[in-house]
Amino acid sequence: MGKIGLIIQREYLTRVRKRSFIIMTILGPLLMAGFAIVPVWLASANETIRSVLVLDETGVVESQLNSNPSIQFSYIRSSIEEAKKRLANPDVYALVYIPKGQDDNLIVTQRSIKLYSREQVSLNVKIYIENQIEKQFERAMLKANGVDKDLVASIEKTIQVTIQNVPLEQEGNKDVSNDVEVSTVLGAVAGGLIYFFIFLFGSQVMRGVIEEKTNRIVEVIISSVKPFQLMMGKIIGIALVGLTQFLLWVVLTAGLYTAFLNTVVKEKYSAEKIEMLMQKSPDGTAVDDIDQMIENQMMVERINSINWALIIPCFIFYFLGGYLLYGAMFAAVGGAVDNDSDTQQFVLPITIPLIFSFIMAQTVLNDPTGVMARWLSIIPLTSPIVMMVRLPFQVPVWELVLSMVMLVLGFILTTWLAGKIYRTGILMYGKRVTWKEMGRWLRY
Amino acid sequence: MTTPLFEARNISKSYGNYRALDDVSISVERGSVFGLLGPNGAGKTSLIRIINQITAPDSGTLFFDGKPMEPAHVARIGYLPEERGLYKKMEVGEQCLYLARLRGLDKHEAKRRLRIWFEKFEMQSWWNKKVEELSKGMAQKVQFVVTVLHEPELLIFDEPFSGFDPVNAAIIRDEILSLSQKGATIIFSTHRMETVEELCDSIALINKSKKILDGKVRDIQNQFRTNTFEMEFRGNMLSFTTALWTGFELLERFTDGDHCRVRLKMLGNNTVNNLFNAVMPVCEIKSFREVIPTMNEIFIRNVQEPA
Repeated sequence: MGKIGLIIQREYLTRVRKRSFIIMTILGPLLMAGFAIVPVWLASANETIRSVLVLDETGVVESQLNSNPSIQFSYIRSSIEEAKKRLANPDVYALVYIPKGQDDNLIVTQRSIKLYSREQVSLNVKIYIENQIEKQFERAMLKANGVDKDLVASIEKTIQVTIQNVPLEQEGNKDVSNDVEVSTVLGAVAGGLIYFFIFLFGSQVMRGVIEEKTNRIVEVIISSVKPFQLMMGKIIGIALVGLTQFLLWVVLTAGLYTAFLNTVVKEKYSAEKIEMLMQKSPDGTAVDDIDQMIENQMMVERINSINWALIIPCFIFYFLGGYLLYGAMFAAVGGAVDNDSDTQQFVLPITIPLIFSFIMAQTVLNDPTGVMARWLSIIPLTSPIVMMVRLPFQVPVWELVLSMVMLVLGFILTTWLAGKIYRTGILMYGKRVTWKEMGRWLRY
Repeated sequence: MTTPLFEARNISKSYGNYRALDDVSISVERGSVFGLLGPNGAGKTSLIRIINQITAPDSGTLFFDGKPMEPAHVARIGYLPEERGLYKKMEVGEQCLYLARLRGLDKHEAKRRLRIWFEKFEMQSWWNKKVEELSKGMAQKVQFVVTVLHEPELLIFDEPFSGFDPVNAAIIRDEILSLSQKGATIIFSTHRMETVEELCDSIALINKSKKILDGKVRDIQNQFRTNTFEMEFRGNMLSFTTALWTGFELLERFTDGDHCRVRLKMLGNNTVNNLFNAVMPVCEIKSFREVIPTMNEIFIRNVQEPA
């Protein structure tokens, strides 16, 4: 094994054997699963039934408001003062009051509807109630203008427009998904992961270099190997640690995902069960279940239809490229300073483009083919994050190739410059380094 | 004359505008102990780093065993830097193996030799300990073992005694001597001049980036002789000084009853015999010797003189 191989081996093994690495590897997928599951679980756990009283003096809503699992409408007939008193009962969440206008003019009436409650109602409750009432007002208006409400209802049921976006390049290619929602989530997750990885492992490079300096072992080592070999060995070793962690996460997550598919989804929506539900369905009770099932299956299909064969290799490329680019700069900073507390002034300028590209990811998601997105995905400092965000939205091949070439050139340049700063810096002890001085080291 | 094991010819090195080494040449005989002396900031560490190929000189050439120095030669050199340490979180045995393999030893050979050294220093029980669990003296022993493990022909110690307590310093000094007796060539830099006289065969003195003095320790001391002698005698100091007349300069005198000690310098063409002739009638000579300047005196004198 060559000397650089020995260094890589040491850097890799000492980190992979650390307890924190093992814990992170197991915890990562669980945390990610947690992020996905907990909000859903919280939302479902929070579904207390809210009783909403409706006092309708106009008769327009005609007991027609649809209750949902969290909002239960009940209708009362009394004076408004009586009705308000019932709000004292804690079981009653709110009171909708539709006053009778002077001449049954619905357009006037719709503006005088009140929602009484003990405390401020939540926005989605208010919106839900508004929607429900609006529907009934529409029907009443239609009826008043001589339109058959059953006809309207049946038309509404039949018409369900869903738009499929087909970029011309992809026309006729059935495998490629152009699902905006899935692409957005995927882009955001991939960009976020790259950002997280570069920060996490880049600063590990820096801390590793500082450790060697403060332990005073660096001179012993560079009398055996070239400083550049030591720097690259460390950077590559830590890159392999990052890759190992990522691959373990992929494997574990994929394992959890398939386990989920095999147990929960298949169990719930096996062919027999579908048939059973179909048979029961004439009375309509099972329709919701079937809807739910179809939705779930579509989600699975959407996830499976993503071009993973492109996304995963690109992710690994941009992770490695971005990490090498920033890792070299982190190594240079580690070499230049004496201890952790001196790193701030040098780390900040390195992390600004990183943080900037993370912030810009939002803009890029909104307009993945815009000028900003194109430029940022080609400039090496921002491309690892921005290109990963854009990738699920179909990027022209030439842009991808250009961005990759630029990134390779970028990390060759930063590694070369960092090597020069590093090799001078690691032999300087007890000196506060300035930017000017670092610039001078480049010329040594 | 045999070829020197190591030679540096006309080495210059600058960092920006600062000239760290200016046309420095040294030559280290095989099997000798070579002292690299100089005040702080003179350029000793710069030269040592160049010898270890950590940095490259701007100009000048290095020869190892008669051939131009090349990277493969690091396997034949052992280096204990002034700023030295170990990975604190790593186990001792694993760390020694790692450093030995970086120096070019294969794994099994490194293990075999480590076992011998660990037995010698009675540190077998440290193998699985982390370095941070060791005391400073223990860690320094480990560093020493790592430096010499690959049995290098040339050993370089930069301030080997700095930071050592006297007991450990003595252990290291004895080890250096025993390595030298076994045939290793040693370069070491130090401030402790008494160890120079004790250990070194030759020296080079560097000051303000230039070599200002080099050669065998004995030759240098001879070169800096000041024709000064020390005499002990029994007799009367007054009659002694009168007898000296003008041919000798009296530098120092001590009296303790009729027991006297003086330091004098010959003037003109006077010889020791002339001196004896002059003073023998007035006193009984007990001892007489030439005062050889110590390396410490030579060092201070040369460094203080404007170059």
